[in-house]
Amino acid sequence: MKEIRWHGRGGQGAKTASQILAQINLREGKFVQSFPEFGPERSGAPIRAYNRLADDAILVHSAVYAPDIAVVVDESLLTAERPADGLHPDGTLIVNTSCSAEEIRRRTGYTGRIVVLDADRIAREAGTGFANIPMLGAVTAVLGTPWKLVEEEVRATMGERMSRDMLEKNIAALRMAYEAAKGASHGR
Amino acid sequence: MRKVMTGHKAVAEAMRQIEPDVVAVYPITPQSEIAEYYAQYVHDGIVHSELVPVESEHSAMSACVGAAAAGARVMTATSSQGLALMVEVLYIAAGMRLPIVMALANRSLSAPINIHCDHADAYLARDAGAFQIFCESAQEAYDYTLIAQRIAEHEKVRIPGIVNLDGFTLTHTSQVVEPLEDERAKKFVGPFKALFPLLDVDHPVSWGTFAMPDYYFELKRAQAAAIEEVAGVFLEVQRAYASLTGRRYAGFIEPYRLDDAERAVVVLGSTAGTAKVAVDQLREKGEKVGVLKVWLYRPFPYAEVARALGHVKQVAVLDRAFSFGAMGALYNDVAAALVPSERRPVLSNYIYGLGGRDVTVEQILQAFAEVKTARPTTGLRYLGLRE
Repeated sequence: MKEIRWHGRGGQGAKTASQILAQINLREGKFVQSFPEFGPERSGAPIRAYNRLADDAILVHSAVYAPDIAVVVDESLLTAERPADGLHPDGTLIVNTSCSAEEIRRRTGYTGRIVVLDADRIAREAGTGFANIPMLGAVTAVLGTPWKLVEEEVRATMGERMSRDMLEKNIAALRMAYEAAKGASHGR
Repeated sequence: MRKVMTGHKAVAEAMRQIEPDVVAVYPITPQSEIAEYYAQYVHDGIVHSELVPVESEHSAMSACVGAAAAGARVMTATSSQGLALMVEVLYIAAGMRLPIVMALANRSLSAPINIHCDHADAYLARDAGAFQIFCESAQEAYDYTLIAQRIAEHEKVRIPGIVNLDGFTLTHTSQVVEPLEDERAKKFVGPFKALFPLLDVDHPVSWGTFAMPDYYFELKRAQAAAIEEVAGVFLEVQRAYASLTGRRYAGFIEPYRLDDAERAVVVLGSTAGTAKVAVDQLREKGEKVGVLKVWLYRPFPYAEVARALGHVKQVAVLDRAFSFGAMGALYNDVAAALVPSERRPVLSNYIYGLGGRDVTVEQILQAFAEVKTARPTTGLRYLGLRE
């Protein structure tokens, strides 16, 4: 079973990304959970969302304390939320930042694999403005999910919510981040 | 087909398939989305229910009583304070033998105000005369909503039913659910048969009458007989559902690795899943432990619980609410179940998970470790509490 913890701020779409990740993994035939940290949601306040992905039915219902992957959608949470806490030593920390992996390692003290990508820039250049979809692309790349499944699910889920033009921009941002994270070699 | 959905979506889907004539509902966290989904179905013309957007839960249950007495198939849903406001009328619904089925998204009771999960609301309605089922997962919440409808409407039963699902833990977690196709679900639940409907003006009847000391007792005794009938009907409907779906539902309780267990926990709701994970971990180390999950909480399955626990040496009963000034409500039921037995485990009672306090595998491991040396006592113990 893989456990994932998302760190974002209310309104950035971390919870939405976590839900789409669950859908993508259902397509892969996996059992899934996706849930936000339960509490009042306020725009801009730190929030957490969680995923569990497994080959068998998932029985546990607690929060995730020792994730395999921690995803930081908002760089300011590196200090405010300590996203490396409990993160498995052989896990992966994925950060939306323009800094280098070495810089993130220095700031977090995390000794495992670090993947950095400038999701804000990717979202800006694609014209979507939201970092959650590029971060989803990075997470699926780290998980080794086939691109076809990722694209299919994002088209299915987001196609209902936005114009075709905006959907294509999101797919472009997703793809760019997926390829960037796939190529990232920031292992220990 | 397997889908990803939250617990409230799963319940709303079951309600859509049941398609009651009347849904009277008032929103309250963490139930609101059930009401919202259903309102959307009505708005979109997907269902043809009369949605009554009442001004309070007292009115919601009152509208349900009126509609059910008139001869309609009726459903509602609530949580916490909403149930507290409904309880006055819930007793009336039970006394009038009205088969109103409701989802209860379990949430703590104020004060202090808190929107998160515990079982104080379910325990509040414990003696109202509704049957109560507790669910471990969104899948069970879906399945048991269909099952509860058929039980409530059975001619031997005709009382309200409550389907409990843990607030947030189940209502707000997206998870894998495999719903039935609409036609199969509708066929399983079957058509509604109104009994003595007020709207049958050719056969006038009186509902909600007055009863003096000369008859009140006999009428309440008849009501007690009705809820006792739930047991047999539950097994019959559950069996039909299991054969339709292939799900492994068999009985009022679900024992997990209990056959040769020396220690066990007894739980309601989603904690059962977390407890199973704890049991698997301890079993790998060779410890003989198990879980007893109680599906049917009212009427309480005394004989089955006693049979399932008779051989166990140490049992921890986990209550997710206080019964202030007394042992936990589930503990009292389990203790009562074991009184007639010759072989009785040592019982411990834990209060845990109040107001949404996260329930972890470690807490269950702690209970298993502590009860190794527990002696019979009437004191409460706690999991996940700072003292």
